[in-house]
Amino acid sequence: MEEYVIEMLHITKEFPGIKANDDVTLQLKKGEIHALLGENGAGKSTLMSVLFGLYQPEQGTIKKNGQVVEIRNPNDANDLHIGMVHQHFKLVEVFSVLDNIILGVEPCKGGLLQKAEARKKVVELSERYGLKVDPDAKIEDISVGMQQRVEILKMLYRENEILIFDEPTAVLTPQEIDELMEIMRGFAKEGKSILFITHKLNEIMAVADRCTILRKGKYMGTVDIKNSSKEELSRRMVGRDVEFAVQKEESKPGDVILEVKNVTVPSKLHKNNAVKNVSFQVRAGEIVCLAGIEGNGQTEMIYALTGLTKQSEGSFHLCGQDISHTSIRNRSKSGMSHIPEDRHKHGLVLDYTLEQNMVLQRYWEPEFQQGGFIKFGAVRQYAQRLIDQYDVRSGQGPITAARSMSGGNQQKAIIAREIDKDPKLLVAVQPTRGLDVGAIEYIHRQIVAERDAGKAVLLVSLELDEVMNLSDRILVMYEGEIVGEFDPKKTNVQELGLYMAGARKEGAEQ
Amino acid sequence: MKKRNSLASGSVSALLASLLCILIGLVIGFICLVALSWANAAKTGGDLSNVLANAWKSGFKPILMGGFFMKPIGIGREIASAAPLIMTGLSVGFAFKTGLFNIGAAGQYTLGAFGALFCAIVLKMPWWACLIGATLFGAVWGAIPGLFKAYLNINEVITAIMFNWIGLYAVNTIMYGGGTGVMYDAKATKTWALRTSYPDAVIPDLGLSKYFMNRSTTIAIFLAVAVAVLIYVVIQKTTFGYELKACGNNKEAARYAGINEKRNIVLSMVIAGALAGFGAGLYYLSGVAEWSPMNSTALPGIGFDGISVALLASSNPIGIIFSALFISHISTGGGFMNASVFPPEIADVISGIIIYLCAFALLFRVALGRLSGKREKEKVNVNAEPAPTAEENGKEGDA
Repeated sequence: MEEYVIEMLHITKEFPGIKANDDVTLQLKKGEIHALLGENGAGKSTLMSVLFGLYQPEQGTIKKNGQVVEIRNPNDANDLHIGMVHQHFKLVEVFSVLDNIILGVEPCKGGLLQKAEARKKVVELSERYGLKVDPDAKIEDISVGMQQRVEILKMLYRENEILIFDEPTAVLTPQEIDELMEIMRGFAKEGKSILFITHKLNEIMAVADRCTILRKGKYMGTVDIKNSSKEELSRRMVGRDVEFAVQKEESKPGDVILEVKNVTVPSKLHKNNAVKNVSFQVRAGEIVCLAGIEGNGQTEMIYALTGLTKQSEGSFHLCGQDISHTSIRNRSKSGMSHIPEDRHKHGLVLDYTLEQNMVLQRYWEPEFQQGGFIKFGAVRQYAQRLIDQYDVRSGQGPITAARSMSGGNQQKAIIAREIDKDPKLLVAVQPTRGLDVGAIEYIHRQIVAERDAGKAVLLVSLELDEVMNLSDRILVMYEGEIVGEFDPKKTNVQELGLYMAGARKEGAEQ
Repeated sequence: MKKRNSLASGSVSALLASLLCILIGLVIGFICLVALSWANAAKTGGDLSNVLANAWKSGFKPILMGGFFMKPIGIGREIASAAPLIMTGLSVGFAFKTGLFNIGAAGQYTLGAFGALFCAIVLKMPWWACLIGATLFGAVWGAIPGLFKAYLNINEVITAIMFNWIGLYAVNTIMYGGGTGVMYDAKATKTWALRTSYPDAVIPDLGLSKYFMNRSTTIAIFLAVAVAVLIYVVIQKTTFGYELKACGNNKEAARYAGINEKRNIVLSMVIAGALAGFGAGLYYLSGVAEWSPMNSTALPGIGFDGISVALLASSNPIGIIFSALFISHISTGGGFMNASVFPPEIADVISGIIIYLCAFALLFRVALGRLSGKREKEKVNVNAEPAPTAEENGKEGDA
């Protein structure tokens, strides 16, 4: 089977001022799982959008089965049997699974829907590939993993032969990831071809046959996974050697810095509480991680802790001082730093310059103002120092608009600002979300350095690798409760996954 | 070098955009005048050159020349009406900086007028105290939508529009007082003329009125310019301005940073209201006109013109001084058009067209910014690695 089903030859796609794809070639064999690897902004999504007909390339050709084709829009792609599972699902929440699957290709007779036939086909497909999807369930009632399977069924229903998965594992538990891999292998065996976009090397090693690597829009080659290693892939992706394991000594926990007692937080989405009677402690010199699948109360827990929302019950003590009902400013003053989950929503004022963002929490301190007037010289100096010290890169230094900076450097700026406040407690929520291995490595080192300097660190992460590598203690949250406490050296990803999915629960440990 | 270029290009594009809409507005205005003059010629006879000459001489020229068409009275008139316009422009522009749309400037202006006249006629205060009174009344009327917005999350536009009308009719009712109100001069069907009855309450002119041969030209314009400079300093140089802009740009991030965004919303509206109220004080205490409670069934246009003034200046306080002078310039000029050829309303139509186009200032600015941005990026691309676009959240440079 050496014949290529899809060939994208010498694709160049330019946006104003940037070549998102520069002479990129990707050849997909029939029945293979082909990974597309690259850092953020390397041009993976652009390349897939070209294949899916969302963008027209300036140069290059696309061939299907050796024939040159033109893909002007997603309908053309569909006609060529190319389907895509997007990172953010495109489903109608209040529709049933079946309705979502047939949406756009509804079988009709005389203007009336013919659902029975469609249902038969969906059930058949679901059974054939072991997807276990209930066609009558509403989307809003089923888990994220199931929703993804609905998206997969949509592709199968349309008889797509080339399946594109855009970062499909980001939202799944380890168990769900294993199952997805199994499903993908099943498709490949049936002769379907899979393009799998990711920046997780483990998954590529586990499931892919070949891998095409992009760096800054350029083609870095295609490798056979059999003859390759994680190290080689990452070197090609980043352009240098990357350390995966976080280098850190044994932690030496000191005094209790943060004490969370019986905290309950109401949910904004539903009538139940998002956080239910949670208690834990964080000591100086340790990294405690709240692990869990997205939407199990971690966000609300952190919002209450940092003062963005109010808890309905319970208390927070920082260094013995009750901060349960104090303002955000006061919590910050008493030694809490917060690297927020959403850097665009909370972390930065995007229309402010880098220097204005660097003093976002401190502009009122005597160092930066006198009699209500900002000391612009002091602000500039301070920002310049942070930029140099934390290697924040930007086009114009302190006066760069935050909006124009890359995601990694925006995050570095926030981390510089929060760490430089010299906090007693550092709350870091998904500090490496959406960043690539180079930036992740840097941020992990900074967090460990803070711990070693005797700070208490509360980490919230959805990435199991990060949870396992970085933390000294893991608390698993499920449906607003802490269901287990683990030592990362004495547990494994599989065990954590079971707790995160709610399959197991510890009785009395905390 | 690069820093200076890009900084300059931001404000230059803002200025260019404003000038561009003025130019387009004037062209459209001229076309209107030609059309009207042509319709006129059809009745009275006359060829094309006549039509064009007419449109120019009796219509367009006075508009372009503004107050200078009838020196020096016209200039005095232009300056007198610019002062309150600067203030309502500042009112709207200041709220814009905090992300609020103060459509209530007209109502705050009305209350400011009431405050000024009440202090002058009933309390018999001197002019500076009356100005403070006007400011306070305006501030209170601005505070109400601010409170509703901050604590009940009710859109400030809706509240402000309601309070515009509530304010107008309350003021009319109180002043009229069934025909026997203290502030009401039944013979003139207006409030008492300050200049004759309460000369202490009139803002001094320091000889300006003699120079311009126009009694209502007082030092109000200098007060307005001083306030504009003050507002500029507050927005650009103080921690308070930093907080307000942070709230306006990203409310959530402001909250995260420990800024009390509710207090800032209220304060921003209070100040916006105070500015509009101060503007009304400048107008009525200069004795330009008296309030007519029986006939004032529409909100004062100056309040709404403030929106165009602010838009035309991209909310820059210093720019607002000039955009207010410009708007005042063309509307004063409109008054000098030949009434036998052009109906007097056409002056309003033309200034209306220009003001309408002012609303596009932002659009032009974005378009100009995109044009210059493209050029900039292309330049960068020649000798550097591709910069990630903001949307892509691109990642580079960590290698």
